[in-house]
Amino acid sequence: MLTEIEKEQHVLVVFPHPDDEAFGVSGTIATHRKRGTPVTYACLTLGEMGRNLGNPPFATRESLPDIRKAELIKAAEAIDIQDLRMMGLRDKTLEFEDDNKMANLVSDLIAELNPSLIISFYPGFAVHPDHEATARAVVRAVRRLPEEKRPKLHLVAFANNTDADLGAPDLVYDVSDVLEQKMAALRAHISQTVWMLKEIEKLLAQNDEATVERITFERFWSYRWDDDKVSEL
Amino acid sequence: MEPIIAAKVQESIDRFANKEVYIHLETTNGAYASHFDESFFSAGAYIRNAKLTYEHGKIVGEGPYRAGLKLSIGWVYAEGLTHFSFDEKGRLLLAGHGFDGKLAVALQIGEEPF
Repeated sequence: MLTEIEKEQHVLVVFPHPDDEAFGVSGTIATHRKRGTPVTYACLTLGEMGRNLGNPPFATRESLPDIRKAELIKAAEAIDIQDLRMMGLRDKTLEFEDDNKMANLVSDLIAELNPSLIISFYPGFAVHPDHEATARAVVRAVRRLPEEKRPKLHLVAFANNTDADLGAPDLVYDVSDVLEQKMAALRAHISQTVWMLKEIEKLLAQNDEATVERITFERFWSYRWDDDKVSEL
Repeated sequence: MEPIIAAKVQESIDRFANKEVYIHLETTNGAYASHFDESFFSAGAYIRNAKLTYEHGKIVGEGPYRAGLKLSIGWVYAEGLTHFSFDEKGRLLLAGHGFDGKLAVALQIGEEPF
């Protein structure tokens, strides 16, 4: 069931929120970087609307973006991302943006970087509206290219109906040899992960099987162009 | 009010775009939410007759709906919208009614103040 991570020419990662990269794909990114593959991470927002501000509060609605920006930079350093781009959109607004502008943003990155692989969310199985809007923009941008020129799309899906409607992931990577880097990326986003990390670290220390599996395996679904449900603009 | 017909609401949102409009926006859990359920943390916000101009707006979702208005340097949005109507002054009234039927959110747009 486990797959080897293929060697890529350039990896483009597109997610809307600082910390989206940490949970599901930071081990995969760290692996690409260890091999010297360039990785560009386009993080669309700064997670400005995050609800975790602490109690007592450690941040305000206005100071949260600066905190999360610093955390994002630290997380990128932890997994050695050499090209981090903050795209300046605002949390919770992506689905209301002009859809052409969203797709163009991804098209411009593809034109500049010519990635062999794009990592993002799977449209329809990404839960948060910002995740879904990001996923649609990625699919639309890649769809503009002739089939033979399209980079691979390895996508993250975690909706409750994923197993039932999308099936098992076709790519499952064991990232245990970069686990320390992955944990450092998770810890970098401490404002949003503090409670979850406490629980994860406790369970990892106990060698809890489900937690070990959740953290050390990263799962991707290749986009199914033969079942493309993203609407045309 | 009637259940939202997204196309009709979108048409109206488009019509108000790039005009000076008045916005009413509120969210509420009801003043008794924490009284009836002490574990429930009540919160809400309210702004009445904010005068602004938005560049474009959208209603999205499959119900309950979300609506967002993009301003030149900001945003307005609401989620949980279920019902709509137009009042006698042609103002768009959007509301979200919870499972108990009570109002949880309202977003209203008009060229005249509320």
